[in-house]
This record gives sequence, structure tokens and C-alpha cells, in this order.
Amino acid sequence: MAIEVNLCGVRLRNPIIPASGTFGFGLEMKDVYDLNLLGGISLKGTTREARFGNECPRIAECPDGMINSVGLQNPGIEVFVNEKLPALRKIYSGAIIANISGFSEDEYRECCEKAAQAPEVDILEVNISCPNVHGGGLAFGTSAKAAAGITRIAREVSSKPVFIKLSPNVTDIVEIARACEDAGADGLTLINTLLGMRIDIVRRRPVVANRYGGFSGRAVFPIALRMVNQVARACKVPLMGCGGVATAEDVVEMMMAGATAVQVGAENLRDPYACKRIIEDLPGVMSRLGIKDINEIIGIV
Amino acid sequence: MKQVYLTVKSNEPIAAGTWKMVLEGDTSAVTGSGQFVNIALPGLFLRRPISVCDLSEGLLTLVYKVVGKGTDAMSAMAPGTRLDILTGLGNGFDASACESSALLLGGGVGTAPLVLLTRELRSRGKSVTVLLGFNRAGEEMLAAELEALGARVEIATLDGSKGTRGFVTDILHQKADGPDAIRYDYFYACGPMPMLKAVCGAIDAPGEMSLEERMGCGFGICYGCSCHTVNGPRRVCADGPVFKKEDLIWQSK
Ligand SMILES: Cc1cc2nc3c(=O)[nH]c(=O)nc-3n(C[C@H](O)[C@H](O)[C@H](O)COP(=O)(O)OP(=O)(O)OC[C@H]3O[C@@H](n4cnc5c(N)ncnc54)[C@H](O)[C@@H]3O)c2cc1C
Ligand SMILES: Cc1cc2nc3c(=O)[nH]c(=O)nc-3n(C[C@H](O)[C@H](O)[C@H](O)COP(=O)(O)O)c2cc1C
Ligand code: FES
Repeated sequence: MAIEVNLCGVRLRNPIIPASGTFGFGLEMKDVYDLNLLGGISLKGTTREARFGNECPRIAECPDGMINSVGLQNPGIEVFVNEKLPALRKIYSGAIIANISGFSEDEYRECCEKAAQAPEVDILEVNISCPNVHGGGLAFGTSAKAAAGITRIAREVSSKPVFIKLSPNVTDIVEIARACEDAGADGLTLINTLLGMRIDIVRRRPVVANRYGGFSGRAVFPIALRMVNQVARACKVPLMGCGGVATAEDVVEMMMAGATAVQVGAENLRDPYACKRIIEDLPGVMSRLGIKDINEIIGIV
Repeated sequence: MKQVYLTVKSNEPIAAGTWKMVLEGDTSAVTGSGQFVNIALPGLFLRRPISVCDLSEGLLTLVYKVVGKGTDAMSAMAPGTRLDILTGLGNGFDASACESSALLLGGGVGTAPLVLLTRELRSRGKSVTVLLGFNRAGEEMLAAELEALGARVEIATLDGSKGTRGFVTDILHQKADGPDAIRYDYFYACGPMPMLKAVCGAIDAPGEMSLEERMGCGFGICYGCSCHTVNGPRRVCADGPVFKKEDLIWQSK
């Protein structure tokens, strides 16, 4: 059974990748299971300066999902490049995906350049869709022009494949996807979280201190699948499909919709072994469905 | 961290709205007091973090207050129910930090982790005084267990219906001197944030406290539970939940 896939020349031993922000810097998981069974790891979103993120509470439970308003807590690009990446590479030989965020074009340029120069990084994932920070992230992801601008900058400074991570909080995701592709993106990751809210009806206030946060988890799977399919039908570049994936069947569905690799996010939080379980289940699901090579189903629907 | 299936051995109310659940199975990952477990419940997306109340001979005791969907579902669980639980989470209390006399302060269900802590301190030959604070009579819990372990226990209620009227810090003021004065060289606290702040303000001795925060994962990968410390941001679930008084930022402010 063939489960290896290829993302812009980067070979993944299987299509399963923990999504950014749901697997720390990989190191946090080193004693839970052997990371080397993963196709790739998308690391926690990184910015130029160290950030605490938003104040707590920054987690709210939802039916079949959750809201997070972490707000890009990270130690900054220098610590990321000098400490986190080398430490992870020591214990992990698969694809390392650096997830980069910023508050200005200059910040994106500097962080993308530093991450792309790091020998440990295989793929750059540029997050223009974080709903949890003001004046950054999402502001670049909701306008085709701004998205194309960031894509050009990342492409200019990076010798590694550049994936742009798209927001679902837009009227027409295809328009943004096309703009990124035209600006030189090597691939696209979608979707980031949907802007959501919960209210504590006893205390009469929002559950998360930042009022709104990013909604993700099983409940968003149909939306993510639809968006991946729309973008797959409109663009030629490979896609990393993300949103609500919890089982090997979901992986197959996401790939049939058009994804070449599949990211697993919130499910890692409820089940620390989620990615391991999905990878172990995948061959059985494939043989049940008569799939010999996982590549044969990419975008067939 | 270890994922295990534990079986409910007993599950009974012990105080107003508060239940004690004893679980049986592989508790090998639990190394001490102040740690917690994270329980998966059918139909709920996130696990529920609950402190280790006591541990002995392969039995894990939890004490929980019914406050919402998850704890309500737990209270209806019959013996024999199997639960998917992440065990051995968090750093736990440092029983070796106390020289000879420990002061333990619990607010509401924050009393729970003080049982195993008292057991650890007593086995190290320390004297233990436990001050417990509740809203009203009927909510008090675990006093008999703590006394049986050799602790002196004092209770305060906000409305004065049991013990001292007021907060745990009011017991401290009342018993500052005299023959029954409370003496200690180190404190341990667990309870709601306002109580922890008040405790830090009222006590000069060094000490540590267990924090509570909404959690995404409970094992350190989502950065959903961070707090401010003098050493930078720290995750309550994986770097805590127990922090030294002097490390917390609101303390040094
Ligand atoms: C480290 C730690 C140890 C704890 N130990 C105990 C204990 O020993 N006994 C006990 O009764 N309670 C304890 N709590 C609080 C307990 O986790 C919550 O009361 C419980 O999660 C509420 O779940 P629910 O479904 O009944 O409430 P809901 O309000 O329906 O829960 C909704 C969401 O909010 C979260 N949540 C609600 N209240 C809290 C809270 N106070 N702290 C953290 N998350 C919360 C839930 O986990 C869930 O994700 C502890 C919390 C932490 C962080
Ligand atoms: C706690 C948490 C933190 C996240 N942090 C980031 C981040 O730093 N950068 C990013 O691009 N996406 C981040 N995301 C979004 C996920 O990578 C993913 O796109 C989204 O959660 C949808 O997938 P899911 O439904 O499987 O969770 C985060 C998600 C969660 C739940
Ligand atoms: S709850 Fe996920 S890091 Fe603490």
C-alpha cells in the first residue's frame, strides 16, 4: 500500500501533518510517541518578537469543536531558529513546516527569510489568517491584494516551497487562493479557524477574554472540505487540507476533495495519539475502499 | 502523561453539590499531590481536568463539584463505568519544601488535592495545619479525612454558619498568637484566584499554590492555559499547575 506523497518536491512518508498551534514545537510531544511516524509537522505560529498572546481564558468548548484565542504565543523568530528547530531536527527526520505570522509586510519578510534560511525547515507556511490578533494575520488574508503582496514577499526571500495559509472568514476563498497562486505561491493550506464566540450566560460575558476566537474541530469539517474542493478546482498548486479532521476516513475524504496532504488540528488536543491513530488506521481504510496508492484519489471528486 | 482506562469503583455525594469518585486501574503515572488527570466524557469535545485528591493501592480518588455539563454527567456514573483518562499531568506540590510545619489552605473544592499532600507531609514527619474556606455549612468536605491523617483542621464559612465567619485568612488573623496559635514555615494553597491573591497578601512565609485555568489539551501542546511568571509565560497544565509564590507576576507586582 503506497501512502507516500510529494509536496513541491518534499517527500512525506504519509500525508498526515499535525496543524500549526496544536502540536507546539513538536518537542512537547517527544515523550508521547515517536514523531518519526508523522508525514510532517507544522510548528506553532512564529512572529518576529516573543509574544505572550491574549489574556486567559483563551479556550472555550463548543458542540463538536472549540474556540481558541491563544493569539500567537511564541518565543520569537530568533529562539525559533536557534533553539526550537535544531532541537526538533535532532529527534525528527520528517518534513518540518515553519508557520510564520506577522503584523506588517516587513515583519513577514524578516521572519520568512530567517525561517527559510534555517537548514531544518522544509516548507514555509505563511499564516495570513490568524483571527486572534488585531492589525495582523487576518487583515492580510481577507484581501486578495494584500494576500498577493505577502505571497510575493515570501516567495522573494525563500528558497523553500511557500504555502500560504488561507482564512475561511472571507466571502470568496477562491479569489484569494487565485491571487496567491498568481503571486507565486507554491501551495496553499486551508482552512484556518472560523471567527466564533461563546457567552457565559451566568456571568453574562464572553467566555474567552478576547471576546472572539477561532472555532475549529470536527464541526468545521464540511466547511473545510467544501473550501478545499472549491480551491482545488480553481487552482493548480498542491493543497494541505485542514479543518475538523479526526479519522482516517476524513483524510481520504479531504484528499478526494483535492488535498495532497492533510493537517490534523484540534483533535490532537482531545486525543494526544490522534495523528498516530489516523496513520495506523489509514492502510486498513484504503484497502477497504480498494485504494492501492493514496495519490490516485487526490482531487478525484 | 499516560492515557489509561480507569473503572469507577464508587461515586457518591460527600457535600452540597460535591462528589467523590474512586477509580481503579493503572495509576502508575501519578507521581504525587497537586497533579491532575484529564477525563474524556462522551459527547463533550474537551476533556475535564480534575485534581488528584488521594492515591493509595492502585485507587485514585477525585473530588469534584457539579458546575456544568461534564461534572453533571460524572455525577450520574455508576460503578463499573470505564473512563478514558490522561493521568500524571502537571508538576505537583513540592512536599520537600517545608522544613517542619506546613500550612495548607483550601478554598471550596480546592480542598481536594490537600488530602494527598497531607499524607505526603505527614509521612515526612511534618506537622500540618489545614485551613478550609467555604460559602456556608453543608459545603465543607474532607475535614475528617484530613484529621485522620494527623492534620489540625480549621474551617471558615463566608456566612459564619460553620467555624470562623469570613475567609481562611480570617482564621489566620484570629489565631496569630496565644496557646493555639498557628505556626508554619511554608504554605500550600489551592482555591479560586481571589483567595490565592488574598493568601499571598496575608502570608509572609514562602509557599506555593495550584492555579486553575481553562484548558485545551491539559498536556502542554496548545498554549491555551498560559500565565505570567517572572521567568516568562508558563503553561498552567505542564509547567504548573503549582507555582511558587515569588514566581507569579501578580505576586511580585
Ligand atoms: C488543574 C485543574 C484542576 C482542577 N481540579 C478540580 C477538582 O479537583 N475538583 C473540581 O471540582 N474541579 C476541579 N477543576 C475545575 C474543573 O476542571 C471544572 O469545574 C470542570 O472542567 C467543569 O466542567 P463542566 O463540564 O462541569 O462545566 P462547563 O461549564 O459545562 O464546562 C465548559 C468548559 O469550561 C471548562 N471549565 C469550566 N469551569 C472551569 C474551571 N473552573 N477550571 C477550568 N476549566 C473550567 C470545562 O473544562 C469545559 O471545557 C480543576 C481545574 C483545573 C484546571
Ligand atoms: C489552539 C490552537 C492554536 C492554533 N494556532 C495556530 C497558529 O499559530 N498558526 C496557524 O496558522 N494556525 C493555528 N491554528 C489553526 C489550526 O492550525 C487549524 O488551521 C485549525 O484549527 C483548523 O483545523 P482543526 O479543525 O483540525 O482544528 C490553531 C488552532 C488551535 C486549535
Ligand atoms: S491546556 Fe494546552 S498547553 Fe495547557
